[in-house]
Amino acid sequence: MQDRKKNLVNPSRRDFVRTGLGIAGGIALPYSLVSPAFAAEQHPPIGTWPDGVKGSTVVVSIAVPRTGTYAVQGEDELKGWQLAIEHINEGHPLIRQISPKTKKGVLGKKLEAVIADSAAKPNNAVQAHQRAITENKAILLTGSTSSAVAVATNKLAQREKVLYVTGISGSNDTTGKDCVRYGFRQNFYGQTAAAAIGPVLLKAYGKNKKAAFMTPDYTYGHTVTKSVNDYLTEHGGWKMVTNQVSPLGAPDYSSYLLNIANSGADVLVNVNWGHDAVLSIQQAQRFGILDKMKLVIPYQIPMLAPEVGGNLLAGVYAATDFWWTLEDKYPLAKMFVETFEKKFGGKPEWGANNSYMSFALWAEAVEHAGTFYPPDVIKSYEEGRKLNSTVGEVYFRKEDHQLVRPVIIVQGKKSSDMKNKDDYWNVEEVVPGAPLMQKPDEFGCKLGDYT
Amino acid sequence: MINWSNFVSQLFNGLALGALLALISSGLTIIYGTLGVLNLAHGAMFMLGGYAGYAAYQATGSFVVAVIAGTLALLVVGMVMERVVIRHFYKRPHEDQLLVTFGLSIVFVELARLIFSSQSQTVPPPQVFAGIVNMGFMFYPTYRLAVMVIVAFALLALYLVLYRTRLGLIVRAGIEDSAMVDSLGINVDRVFMVVFGIGAMAAGFAGIINAPIVSLTPEVGEAILVQAFVVVVIGGVGSFPGAILGGLIAGEIISLTSMVNPGYAYVMLFAAMTLVLMLRPYGLLGVRGRE
Repeated sequence: MQDRKKNLVNPSRRDFVRTGLGIAGGIALPYSLVSPAFAAEQHPPIGTWPDGVKGSTVVVSIAVPRTGTYAVQGEDELKGWQLAIEHINEGHPLIRQISPKTKKGVLGKKLEAVIADSAAKPNNAVQAHQRAITENKAILLTGSTSSAVAVATNKLAQREKVLYVTGISGSNDTTGKDCVRYGFRQNFYGQTAAAAIGPVLLKAYGKNKKAAFMTPDYTYGHTVTKSVNDYLTEHGGWKMVTNQVSPLGAPDYSSYLLNIANSGADVLVNVNWGHDAVLSIQQAQRFGILDKMKLVIPYQIPMLAPEVGGNLLAGVYAATDFWWTLEDKYPLAKMFVETFEKKFGGKPEWGANNSYMSFALWAEAVEHAGTFYPPDVIKSYEEGRKLNSTVGEVYFRKEDHQLVRPVIIVQGKKSSDMKNKDDYWNVEEVVPGAPLMQKPDEFGCKLGDYT
Repeated sequence: MINWSNFVSQLFNGLALGALLALISSGLTIIYGTLGVLNLAHGAMFMLGGYAGYAAYQATGSFVVAVIAGTLALLVVGMVMERVVIRHFYKRPHEDQLLVTFGLSIVFVELARLIFSSQSQTVPPPQVFAGIVNMGFMFYPTYRLAVMVIVAFALLALYLVLYRTRLGLIVRAGIEDSAMVDSLGINVDRVFMVVFGIGAMAAGFAGIINAPIVSLTPEVGEAILVQAFVVVVIGGVGSFPGAILGGLIAGEIISLTSMVNPGYAYVMLFAAMTLVLMLRPYGLLGVRGRE
């Protein structure tokens, strides 16, 4: 008793050395091993945290259409995620350009993907994610080629308190009226696309034109059509003479096209997507409509040009997130295109680029936060740091979780002007994003709670 | 977009759409009427016909060869399918038949995806039917006009087989009372195989004929299958003339509704089906008790 007391008050030299070694050992321990434990003491569990980050790997849930109308675009997206996971796990130089703190994995943990086919149906996607959350403790959700899926997954993410980075989603609702604290979007609003392509159309085709619209019957279609029409009406005095709303995966467009042929329009704005866009454009040509009207595609569709074929997109304007010839302008784009081509044997489209970037930016946000604790990761995103990307400097808006990034305006090339088999589009303009964007709350975004 | 010229255009287009639906639905209704099997793989057979034709077109560059290949391939697929799978399900409950044909349709669709990928494939129309015809009130793709004629001939051929041959007599008798046909000493087994083959062949033929109108994807049969079911219900289950009438009605509903409000084209189709089910559950030309 006496000895013990003495030791506490006057520690021996041996005790001193032992304590010192303990502290040094603690400091030397990898940060990743101790930080969740420390954090767990500070925060109550939330979503799949900390259960999902206890092992040496963390699971990301990918629900992407591999069947149905958007299957081709889904495959392109999937390749982007696969490449990003590979790059993050090996600490590839491209990832380290975007996320400088990345070494190997995210906070030292390897990423593992659980992949499901959503068929672009909200219900399928939500079920797949729910399964991945329950069974695999997934800490990140991604996927969507349809904004209907993105909006549904937004709601799931907020409810389950698991982060979600959208796949392809062009609707104004995704980071607008249906925005959530747990959701982030890399690709731009339909409204931003409209603001970027609008001036190009007015310059090319003039004022006071009559426009026919083809609109897929869900959130993406309706919001993009409205944004494009609003811009052209307001700034150019254009008039919408008909709006042909069709269901996703319509088997035939003849009756819609007859309405358009009879509308007296000068320009056909086709907002359809995936195979619906392919079919409606091909059929429009067979009805002789493309001889009489200029075709416009407000939101470019991955793989559209090779699928449509037959020179039908020559001269057609479109807004896009990425086109591979941007490699001449941005060094990171060049690295991305080269590594993608090496792995998959073909050029990436913007779906793949979007997937890659959304994972890379998530890795950056987590590394910057130094923890997987979701509210801290969200706050890391919300700092609005300037970030490197394959299209130059970008940043997230904290008010709506939307990436502020340039819009790429492309024009379809004639077959005779193509320099190689993949040279479908000419990059006309890279329009800076910030001046194009509406105020963050214009579409009624209310992000919701952190916890 | 309601005006006189658009009305005439849509009325005409409704005929063209309806003709194709009639052809697809006739295969479905013959199989159901004779064998009592609701074939959920019918849409997949439509798709397979398209791809078989596409493969033949790639190999030979001839549209005629493509049509023959797509048609015959599906006759064989249908007969094999009947021998290997379907005949074991005649006496099983309808749910089992639905499940097995649904399963087969998934297998067919994914096989097509495995071989041809999800990317859409195009079969161009034959050169003589390429281009557009100015019909005065509208411009219409020549090939779609040709399809109306081709489908009319195909339906006529089916009619002759069903109403002017011994096989047709047995089939029609089978639709009325297959047990009686069996007891009369007719080899119903073999007839059933041929009937299933003919039904599949009609789908395959429609598939390749339709290929230059749509671009082929593994899912091309899915939406068509749903429409074909609606047609069969409207026209009367098991009724060949019903399939034709139902097809034409469905085509007109889709076309004329889309003139007023395209968003409601398919809604109206289902509304019409509901109306028929309420007022005449056995279909417009169906026979009471067969549904």
